[in-house]
Amino acid sequence: MTLSKRTLVATAAVAALAALVGCGKKEEAPAPEAASAAASAAAKPEPLKIAFAYVGPVGDGGWTFAHDNGRKMLEKEFGDKIVTSFVEKVPEAADAERVFNDMIGQGNKLVFGTTFGYMEPMLKVAADHPEVKLEHATGYKTAANLRTYDSRTYEGAYMAGVIAGSMTKTNTLGVVGSIPIPEVIRNINSFTLGAQSVNPKIKTKVVWVNEWFNPPKETEAATSLINGGADVLMQNTDSAAVLKTAEDKGKRAVGWDSDMSAYGPKAHLGSAVINWGPYYIKATHDALEGKWATGQSWWGVKEGAIDFVSVAADVPAEAKAKLDAVKAGLKDGSFVIWKGPIVDNTGKEQLAKDVVADDKFLGGVKFYVKGVEGKVPGDGK
Amino acid sequence: MLRLEARPQPSKAMSIGSPLLALVITVLIGIALFAALGKDPGRGLQVFFIEPVKSAYALSELSIKAVPLVLIALGLAVCFRSNIWNIGAEGQFVVGALAAGWVAMQAGPGTAWLGKGIVVPILLAGMLGGMAWAALVALLRDRFNANEILVSLMLVYVADMLLAYLVYGPWKDPAGYNFPQTITFDATTKIPRLITGLRLNIGLVVALAAVGALWVFLFRTYRGFALQVGGLAPAAARYAGFSSRRALWTALLISGGLAGLAGGLEAAGPLGQLTPYVPAGYGFAAIIVAFVGRLHPVGIVFSAVLMSMFYIGGELAQSRLGLPKALTGVFQGLLLFSLLACDTLIHYRVRFGKRVAA
Amino acid sequence: MNELALLLAATLNAGTVLAIAGLGLLINERAGIVNLGAEGMMLVAAIAGFATAVHSGSDTLAFVAGMGAGALMAAAFGVLVIWLNTNQYATGLALSLFGAGFSAFVGISFTQQRIGTRPQFAVPYLADIPLVGPALFRQHPLVYGAIALALGLTWFLYRSRAGLVLRAVGESPESAHALGYPVRRIRLAAVMAGGALCGLAGAYISVIYTPLWVEGMVAGKGWIALALTTFATWRPTRVLLGAYLFGGVTMLQFHLQGEGVQIASQWLTMLPYLSTIVVLVLISRNPNWIKANMPASLGKPFFPGN
Repeated sequence: MTLSKRTLVATAAVAALAALVGCGKKEEAPAPEAASAAASAAAKPEPLKIAFAYVGPVGDGGWTFAHDNGRKMLEKEFGDKIVTSFVEKVPEAADAERVFNDMIGQGNKLVFGTTFGYMEPMLKVAADHPEVKLEHATGYKTAANLRTYDSRTYEGAYMAGVIAGSMTKTNTLGVVGSIPIPEVIRNINSFTLGAQSVNPKIKTKVVWVNEWFNPPKETEAATSLINGGADVLMQNTDSAAVLKTAEDKGKRAVGWDSDMSAYGPKAHLGSAVINWGPYYIKATHDALEGKWATGQSWWGVKEGAIDFVSVAADVPAEAKAKLDAVKAGLKDGSFVIWKGPIVDNTGKEQLAKDVVADDKFLGGVKFYVKGVEGKVPGDGK
Repeated sequence: MLRLEARPQPSKAMSIGSPLLALVITVLIGIALFAALGKDPGRGLQVFFIEPVKSAYALSELSIKAVPLVLIALGLAVCFRSNIWNIGAEGQFVVGALAAGWVAMQAGPGTAWLGKGIVVPILLAGMLGGMAWAALVALLRDRFNANEILVSLMLVYVADMLLAYLVYGPWKDPAGYNFPQTITFDATTKIPRLITGLRLNIGLVVALAAVGALWVFLFRTYRGFALQVGGLAPAAARYAGFSSRRALWTALLISGGLAGLAGGLEAAGPLGQLTPYVPAGYGFAAIIVAFVGRLHPVGIVFSAVLMSMFYIGGELAQSRLGLPKALTGVFQGLLLFSLLACDTLIHYRVRFGKRVAA
Repeated sequence: MNELALLLAATLNAGTVLAIAGLGLLINERAGIVNLGAEGMMLVAAIAGFATAVHSGSDTLAFVAGMGAGALMAAAFGVLVIWLNTNQYATGLALSLFGAGFSAFVGISFTQQRIGTRPQFAVPYLADIPLVGPALFRQHPLVYGAIALALGLTWFLYRSRAGLVLRAVGESPESAHALGYPVRRIRLAAVMAGGALCGLAGAYISVIYTPLWVEGMVAGKGWIALALTTFATWRPTRVLLGAYLFGGVTMLQFHLQGEGVQIASQWLTMLPYLSTIVVLVLISRNPNWIKANMPASLGKPFFPGN
């Protein structure tokens, strides 16, 4: 069929056209790079190139927004000793590996992957590029040049619970859950424990969206909780939809990951925020000073990674005082959230009296504490 | 005043010129977009057209994206040429990945004797899975006259939900902290790579073999000929005794098998496990690839490369130029739009002036 | 019981989006045109509506903007498919892909924007009836609008001259053309009306339903709306009921979760699609039923000859 030959010729022409267009520009590119390289070589050592891979959009107002704020703190702290860049909406799939490889190909020597789903790609890339330092958020596998970092979001959840418990009138709290991993279950539990410390009568209802970020579904989940009687909401998802729904329906809600007060001025009770800045600054110091070593970090209020901010004006004074006491206690280590007796919602004792839970226990939480309704989805495995 | 005048016969020149013209239009709009966004159009074009092909690593990454597109588009070309509108290749891809993934998960010490050969049953399972899913469409059309477009489209979502159910439930990795993903497949199941250090794997060989096989099927076999006649002139086909039932089943099974094969290659290759993110939209993008490639095996190779360049270019545009990733979808849609519009020039001429009364 | 009433209310709300889009697509398909670009049109309309709401503070203007965006995209689709006779399915798909990318692109600067607190509506007196009130009478006006639209379309299609002509064009454009009707212009009008309604549905999502902008926020509702028209055998009131059924699935899921029912959510989510296949099989089995239900020229190109 003659068509095939002509198609060949035609598409060869296309390739030629593309090459022509590209050729003209290629010559320009090396020249300015050479100039700037010469200039900086004369002045001072090469700035450390740092790259961030985000799973969501920088504008999500939640998880990724918080990471990007951390990145901006880095730029402020280190000035021209570093150069940062980021790629957003990198899917947790096969494409991630290419993005990481591209970042390394662009000369980045310190790379942060900000979601669990990057674990396998980062492991592969770490093996292929021993000269690059990789940091994986919320993961659990490490390598010689790959370490993990995480934040004690459960401390923020506890503080949120303290405020929520003192503001609820129906004694029913609602949580919009993302994916039923131990971290999220721990947060639901901590939220409940915090609320029970000021109001032992509360109960918590949970609804699972099965995604990190899906505003329309989060809205429906929040509506369902409100319909079920909850008048204060918390979330473990990444957008401001839950707060906005609470605002539109005249209920209250707690912001998550970032300060969400602007999204629901009337509904907002306070936001449990993550400050990635302090950790990023430490990691960069490690890299710049050659002190970087693998391991696993888990920072909380003590290290300045977790905080509860923008508490609403109409929160009663005692609640605010309790919040401050908890914060101070977490900061100096005198207060521990996960200390026995802790009973799960089937009546079984999970933590004996006065026993303090260690990180291993916390990392594997698969039960709901008393006061949380329902069963943990897909548990027992 | 512009008007369209029918040509006495379709223009051969425009058959080739049309995709080129469409590409040129897309590129021009792209340049305008880059300029409007305040970025250097030259750099923009470079990122989309030069960067994805400029090194061995880049070409290897390009092939990872292009191979599934080629395989699926080849099957779709057979379908579309037979006037069977299989819009559900995405679902067949997912079910193929599921089937292949299941076989891969059985790999372990018990299958060590197979060694690397386990890849064969894995890919075979992928093909069978895709064929089974497409067979559903064929069955419903054959026995109940149900429109294959809607059925295949609905089955895409059913397939997605099936994957989600399995990955959140029975197939979840027990050591995976309750995350929705299966175990990572045993090392022996990994689709063999062609060059160490690059992700390029034998999928490329499989795809090229498929191109050859389908070229032969479409243009050198009786069955392929019968299928196409059935698509172009159903009445003539019936008169000649070509069974439309046979055509339906053949086309859908081939298409499903190829899509499933692509799914298997993806699951056992770059992914190495099953997650809710397996559906990558290849099934829909392949429709564009098939059209831009003029439903011809060789044309499909070129259009698959082009589409892959859009994908990778879009990613690079983000990290290099700070351009949004959404550009990829914009370009792909624009390309198809322009192609469809330019295709009219095959059958019509553009004329100025008023029509002279006959 | 009150919770069930609220569930019904939420279902009505969720179904309204699908109903409006589905009715728009029904107009399309009654004229014989399948527009697979519904998802893309809804997305572009969603960002158009949201952007307008942010800048103008007026919901009504936002709806108008959404309708305009939908109609515009539909017009482009219509010219290609009706005058240039391009393949309907491919063109529709191109529209969807383009719309997804374009809306994400334009929407980047809007991801952190907010629109004011959404107004709460209540029909006076009726809204205070216990149970029935919260279930039915505290909805946004468009919820009632969708019902009115379905009823109006039923009247239009089966009782008005224009509706008869539209159906004739959908059954046999050649005959309609022979009778002297401007088939192509009628089809274009149908396509644009359909696009405007899809646009309205899209704007409703971003301005009322989830008043935020996030790329891809239509999340497949356009495809469900396409399934809906088939599921409803191209009858407006059935589209409405089907919309509530399909729309209610997510809220039902969450309700069941709250009750402690442990069905995997994915089976529930699959239901709308499986039921559409079942309906399709049922109506297609009998060639007479197909003729009675599906517009005969659906998806086929029309050449006016000469």
